[in-house]
Amino acid sequence: MARQEKSIARQSAPAPIGLPKAPTGIQGLDEITEGGFPLGRPTLICGAAGSGKTMLAAEFLVHGALEYGEPGVFMMFEESAEELAQNLRSLGVDLDRLRKQKKIAVDHVHIERNEIQETGEYDLEGLFIRLGHAIDSIGAKRVVLDTIEALFSGLPNHAVLRAELRRLFRWLKDRGVTAVITGERGEQSLTRYGLEEYVADCVILLDHRIVDQVSTRRLRVVKYRGTAHGTNEYPFLIAANGISVLPITSMRLDHPASTERVSTGISGLDDMLGGAGLYRGSSALVSGAPGTGKSSTGASFVDAACRRGERALLFAYEESSRQLLRNMGSIGLDLARWQAQGLLHIDASRPTLHGLEQHLVHMYELVRRLNPSVVVVDPISNFTLDKDDRSLKPTLMRLIDYLKQQGVTALFTSLTSDASADVAESQVGVSSLMDTWILLSNVAGNGERTRTLQVLKSRGMPHSHQVREFLMSDHGVGLVDVYLSGDRVLTGTARISQVAQEEAASDLRRRDHERRFNELASHRKAIDAQIAALEAQASERVGAVEFAIERERLQAEGVNARARAIARSRDVPPPRAVAPKPESGRTTRRRSAK
Amino acid sequence: MNARAVESKFSQRAGKSRATTLEGTEVAEWQLRLYVAGQTVKSMAAFDNLKRVCETHLAGRYTIEVVDLLVNPRLAAGDQILAVPTLVRKFPEPIRKIIGDLSNEERVLVGLDVLPLR
Repeated sequence: MARQEKSIARQSAPAPIGLPKAPTGIQGLDEITEGGFPLGRPTLICGAAGSGKTMLAAEFLVHGALEYGEPGVFMMFEESAEELAQNLRSLGVDLDRLRKQKKIAVDHVHIERNEIQETGEYDLEGLFIRLGHAIDSIGAKRVVLDTIEALFSGLPNHAVLRAELRRLFRWLKDRGVTAVITGERGEQSLTRYGLEEYVADCVILLDHRIVDQVSTRRLRVVKYRGTAHGTNEYPFLIAANGISVLPITSMRLDHPASTERVSTGISGLDDMLGGAGLYRGSSALVSGAPGTGKSSTGASFVDAACRRGERALLFAYEESSRQLLRNMGSIGLDLARWQAQGLLHIDASRPTLHGLEQHLVHMYELVRRLNPSVVVVDPISNFTLDKDDRSLKPTLMRLIDYLKQQGVTALFTSLTSDASADVAESQVGVSSLMDTWILLSNVAGNGERTRTLQVLKSRGMPHSHQVREFLMSDHGVGLVDVYLSGDRVLTGTARISQVAQEEAASDLRRRDHERRFNELASHRKAIDAQIAALEAQASERVGAVEFAIERERLQAEGVNARARAIARSRDVPPPRAVAPKPESGRTTRRRSAK
Repeated sequence: MNARAVESKFSQRAGKSRATTLEGTEVAEWQLRLYVAGQTVKSMAAFDNLKRVCETHLAGRYTIEVVDLLVNPRLAAGDQILAVPTLVRKFPEPIRKIIGDLSNEERVLVGLDVLPLR
């Protein structure tokens, strides 16, 4: 793969090294062959009936004529020009117009065995002349011979025919045209008549295999002389716009990692995923039992993307497009408007329509065409009828790789059986590929069933480990915290009653607090009253004390005054005996000062 | 069928394609066309062989038109020519083709569905 990419880069460089190649213009095939078929040499395409040989050859020619300026000659030995025109019309190619524009020349070589008699020596110069004439008439650079093996049944002398075929391929090389020769798959050899003997430069094998009644087309480059090429079997698809080969088997992990986050469309879930949602370009798996809301999660995700103005692609493998729109309308997700605005594309098909890998090609093809920023696959578990299908994981790996490379954020839903033991087991295969794994489950109890959601893992971001209750209402899906009571998860009615109980309890508490506050306030009031009474008492005593002191002072003053008056009348100094006078005088002074 | 009209058409074509035409005396009861690619040994041998067979068994009742595909490659597709030399019995119908240098007289007669005179 590394070499492949390098050589593709080299191809676009001005001086290509190595074998010059003629691009086929077929999606994916040029990558596998590292640029196309060998330029100026014949390439053999072999395969069983109905494996798409003619289609591949015709596309090679048409792309050459339309896109690479290389006119081509289509020489057919089985179909008529009219039949080929019809086949190409189904791919949107107007062969008649291309013929008129001299971009493609068509020659139908038809031989009836029963009208030919052989006598003596001959060669196939007539074929050479016809081919040469067709090439010259439009200046062709490409030639398709489909299926030249028909000559073996038309001409009895195989010795001559083989010699002439050898000469023909030599001649084609000499003329420098890039030729594609188709051949029917043989029992023992690649082609029934051993054409690979003559065309040894590049051999491509187409296969149409049926496993479990589902067919898958595969392509393999058996041989490509002088150049490296992808050697694996690659699934391919003949779609409405032609052949599309899926070359990705990238085992390298080199996709860019964005730090941008995108909302899942469920606000509660975004909160659980570090508050911002998924990383852009990451892959998420939503698994759950039937009826747990996987599709609704997917639809919310798509809705959120469209709301942001981004393109979204939804692969529905269980519901038809209309059914999905109606059902999502019931939870308030109006996806029809996004569809009308061209933001949303819903691709609804039966998963058993194709084989697993063919589905992948189809998805790859749609992603490439629509270039969405968000892809939802609902569900991946329906892809395969066989539960033990080993190819589911590599196929998903390819898809995830591709989506990551494109920076597409992907959400896959997966159905798990109801038994909880199986949940982890059946998911182990694919969950390791996912960056985020969201598990939806039903919790039954108290006579009811409740949807719950939990994030089992989410790489590179803190995420909630709690189980949330998943609610669907007529305005979308949402999450509610669940109650953990002891070892029990309370959801649904239990949760609601728990909420009511807690509310009642808190009301009671509030009232209790109020009462206690009131009590405190009245207590305070009582204390205040006591304080006032005591103060009144205190001031009363102060008054009494002051009154007594005053009375004593006045009495003392009266005694003194009488003593002085007596002394004055007898003209004798006052007796020294009245010693405490200054003291009482000081008291008096203090009092007066006061 | 108006044999004369057919004959005259042939002559016209033959003139255009620079082919050699050998005309029968009255009506060309057998109209043959020989496709060759250039004057190769094989094509010369085929022409000689054909002429001999016709002179022997269909004297005076045939026309031969020789088409050289190197000169007129366009004509190869019309009669679905792959091998050269190819002899095409245009008339009487149905069309029959004989490929090869016509060296085996018996097979030529069988191929043309001509009853041998001998």
